[in-house]
Amino acid sequence: MRPFAYERAADIGQATRLGALTGQGQIDAVVQFLAGGTSLIDLMKLDVLRPAYLVDLGPVKEGYDRIESGPEGLKLGAFAKMAAVERHPAVRAGYPVIAQSLQLAASAQLRNMATIGGNVLQKTRCPYYRDVSWQACNKRRPGSGCTAINAVNRNHAILGVDESCISQSPSDFGVALVALEATVELSGPDGARRIAFSTLHTPVGGQPHIETTLRSGEIITGFHIPAGPWTQRSLYLKIRDRASYEFALSSVAVALDLEGDHVRQVRIGLGGMAYRPWRSQEAEALLTGRPLTEENADAAARAALQGAKTHGGNGFKPELARRTLVRALLQAKTLTPDGAEA
Amino acid sequence: MPTLTRRAVIVGGAAFAGVALDRAKASEPPVNAVASTSGGNSSVRLVVNGKSHSLMLDGRTTVLDALRELLHLTGSKKGCDQGQCGACTVHIDGERVLSCLTLAVAAQGKRIDTIEGLARPDGTLHPMQQAFIDQDGFQCGYCTPGQIMSAIACVHEGHADSDSDIREYMSGNLCRCAAYPKIVAAIKQARGQMEKV
Repeated sequence: MRPFAYERAADIGQATRLGALTGQGQIDAVVQFLAGGTSLIDLMKLDVLRPAYLVDLGPVKEGYDRIESGPEGLKLGAFAKMAAVERHPAVRAGYPVIAQSLQLAASAQLRNMATIGGNVLQKTRCPYYRDVSWQACNKRRPGSGCTAINAVNRNHAILGVDESCISQSPSDFGVALVALEATVELSGPDGARRIAFSTLHTPVGGQPHIETTLRSGEIITGFHIPAGPWTQRSLYLKIRDRASYEFALSSVAVALDLEGDHVRQVRIGLGGMAYRPWRSQEAEALLTGRPLTEENADAAARAALQGAKTHGGNGFKPELARRTLVRALLQAKTLTPDGAEA
Repeated sequence: MPTLTRRAVIVGGAAFAGVALDRAKASEPPVNAVASTSGGNSSVRLVVNGKSHSLMLDGRTTVLDALRELLHLTGSKKGCDQGQCGACTVHIDGERVLSCLTLAVAAQGKRIDTIEGLARPDGTLHPMQQAFIDQDGFQCGYCTPGQIMSAIACVHEGHADSDSDIREYMSGNLCRCAAYPKIVAAIKQARGQMEKV
């Protein structure tokens, strides 16, 4: 690991000032914020991230780690640990898809360490990004090319990719957030603002080294998940190579509001498939107002995957995603409106 | 304003952000330098197994390296050093975490508990340690300290009620000898003997 200078931020105001050079996810950002550290310290050991300065946000967490549920929805402090959100009774009862997306991620130790704000900013697990001996990686070295596109790319994304980068967003929680139309609360050198979670991560657009729309020095302080009649009948289905402690090969976040067999409203997110947290409004539109049958679920899944681009190793993914979405929808249908199994 | 060198330093005061740009233009530092206890180091106080230690260490030092190299508590193991295997599991402020991904400077003032602190002063083993012996919950033993620290937390968290729960909540501790069935048996033996926290 390269040397760095370490500073502990006393409060959020000082943190945003110290973090004036944090950038938008670029690996050469001079300053990195340290929260749970599970992604950052790992990538510093791998020499992918090389900050000259670490700003430890540890002391900042007071007041920014609360979990509150009310008629407006769910408010999650960004410094709450994944484990704390996963086990919170209000989250489990009212927003099962959120609790499950966290519980099915990483390991118990990592969930005790990682904050939910850091979770949505974690870097891709693309092995050609994580191993600096690969010369070509547009995310690490803009303009150098993409190794994965012609290499082992079984785990790579098929949605939202272009020729510059086919890396996959690893966050499960982000898939649930984007499906539920969450907003993100930010605090920065110029004050606080709120943005839609769907706009936090930038589309690849030939510039994979730029990952977020955060301004330098901005810190995620919280998430707001609006209440809705679909949040209780919701689930996160995760398909992976191991039964536990593995990133998604394919995953689906579904939140469903049914009237009899008919879909009043549905929210759908896809994981393990996309460059950034991915919501399929195409699939949602095809199901809305229609009976939730296997046939309609299948049509919705095909619509969700229409823009998919495969690159050899991940050629199986459209079919796996289709099956995952159909299964998740039919499984959600069997839940009672309060999220329990009927 | 403190002087910045290419060595890891802890910068005090408000000088920090202002010098960042200058530093970014400086020449490339050496890669993969090991943690050392000389030059440009900082004083860090760690509370380990109830004892307070004042250490001079390089800012890059993880809790795991501080435990093993500076405090000579070699029970916590370095497996992958990337947060993937669980061999380095310790408890910080009562929760199981990975010491290889925790910087020592960031763990100041927190309570660190390791495998060395489990047995009573008279040598009586913690029920989980005894259960691993009774149930033959290991072969080579390398992952065992991490398994035991994780297993104790697993019981405290209330995730040891069923075999499938135990397997799910112990999945962050890999055992290359595959002693998994015996580890599950050990946790089931110990869970009744441990007081719930």
